Amino acid sequence: MVDRPISDYQFERFLEKEKLMGARCTACGTLFVPPRAICTQCHGSAMEWVETKGEGKLAAFTCIAIGPPAMIEEGYNRNNPYCTGAVELAEGPRVVARIEGVDTLRPETIKIGMPLKVAFLRRGTGEDLRIVLGFTPVDDCCG
Amino acid sequence: MNKKRKLGRGVAMVGAGMSKFDMFTDRDSKDLFAEAFLQMGDSVDKGLDPNDIDALYIGNFTNDFFAHQSHWGAILSDSLGLIPKPATRVEGACASSALAFREGVFAIASGFYDVVLVGGVEDMSKGNTETVAEGLALAASPYERKAGFTFPGIFAAIATAYFEKYGASREDLMNITIKSHDNAPLNPKAQYQVTIREMMGAKIKRAKEKGGAVPDWSDEKDFLRDPIANPTIAWPLHLFDCCPISDGAACILLVGEEIAKHFTDEPLYVAGIGQASGRGLNAADDLTYFEATRSAAKEAYQMSGLTPADIQFAEVHDCFSIVELLHMEDLGFFEPGESYKAVADGLTRLDGPKPINTSGGLKCKGHPVGATGAAQLIEVWEQLRNKAGNRGVPIEGLRIGAAHNLGGTGGTCTFTILERR
Repeated sequence: MVDRPISDYQFERFLEKEKLMGARCTACGTLFVPPRAICTQCHGSAMEWVETKGEGKLAAFTCIAIGPPAMIEEGYNRNNPYCTGAVELAEGPRVVARIEGVDTLRPETIKIGMPLKVAFLRRGTGEDLRIVLGFTPVDDCCG
Repeated sequence: MNKKRKLGRGVAMVGAGMSKFDMFTDRDSKDLFAEAFLQMGDSVDKGLDPNDIDALYIGNFTNDFFAHQSHWGAILSDSLGLIPKPATRVEGACASSALAFREGVFAIASGFYDVVLVGGVEDMSKGNTETVAEGLALAASPYERKAGFTFPGIFAAIATAYFEKYGASREDLMNITIKSHDNAPLNPKAQYQVTIREMMGAKIKRAKEKGGAVPDWSDEKDFLRDPIANPTIAWPLHLFDCCPISDGAACILLVGEEIAKHFTDEPLYVAGIGQASGRGLNAADDLTYFEATRSAAKEAYQMSGLTPADIQFAEVHDCFSIVELLHMEDLGFFEPGESYKAVADGLTRLDGPKPINTSGGLKCKGHPVGATGAAQLIEVWEQLRNKAGNRGVPIEGLRIGAAHNLGGTGGTCTFTILERR
């Protein structure tokens, strides 16, 4: 049991500790990642934090050539697209995350259903340092 | 959602007008809405005294961000000379003015008002492309934004899931783009006035004049496969899969059914109207359909007693080509996984059995987001009243048309069925 409020803010604090956490409804057992304070299945509100295994498979993706300002600042552009997608976790919930370690100039090599492992991406420095949720192919993981 | 809903009082559409959709450097929201309002007034066959308007409902997504101005209800009421008529701004991302239409319907159905102006406006083009993309992304979920998703990116991801499940491909999306570009030049309000073939001809002519390499595209799809002519935006979506940045306004007059004939001998009636909410990529039931569209459609069909087969033509939200495919299935026009085959077979072309987006769609008519929902209903109005000129649907006894509008990444959807009696 982790005694922290169920919120996106706390979800991100867990990411900083390299934990992908979800909230489980103690009434009906449904798991939510990111967390929800109110269960969408039974409307219960007694939720508990649960750590996921951080494993899943790719459900949908895109390789973005024209990104928002924050991604352009990271160095992405038409010649260096980045991949982002939806990942179905082993525990069931689907999360949206950056997909690293794939060939974004050859998106046809990226396959839906491919096994992925969580990666906690460090972006920015100093006060701007933040952890972005990412996934990488299992075979290609740097550990 | 299983309850059959009905209006407490019938509601009729008796006037409609819209500005040209385009990117304007010299016109703001007030100017565009005034143009739509004046055309709406002219369209009321037996005349409209503006003093008879009881209230306004105005859809606007985020002029606050795009044009640094908020509070568009009262500002437009003033600019149209309608003070002190109450004016309410309605926001539901790209579905804002379909929601404004719906609020107007309820205001009349309740018996509180008799004559209501509804519509929408968006002034998007004053900032650069990055600013517009950032503004649109405000309607995505915070999780989608943090993962680096852009608006095209979200729908591109949906495309990969749909392709994987049903075996469709980028080539199938091209059929949508070609159709939209064929319809748009028949619509004088559309932002793009050229077919893909005309665009190819112009580019070849320019290359010859310049003396450079002359492209040798064999057909429209060959052109759309050319990465220079049609670059990647968010794979698998390319430039020609995406709607443009647009400014525009649309304006509709609604009245109580029993007074409709005071305004025109040819009113249209609201037969069914549905609205629903849906979740983003991380939580939606499935990535190959829009749960909110299905719920909204169900509500509108139940209310009207009509079925998908009864809808003779429709405007279907196509901010990106893939979305037109999914929505046609969600609305029941085709079975899941079948719409791309129907499009390839020409079933949704202007002369097909189920014409879709005769206006040119958002792709070619343009997508000033807050104006889009009302503008879609205006296309239905023009078709059902035989005012669509060369793009008139060639079906005998045209009587029932519908408009589907999506907001955000599927968070808000509406489906509105209009009928001529």
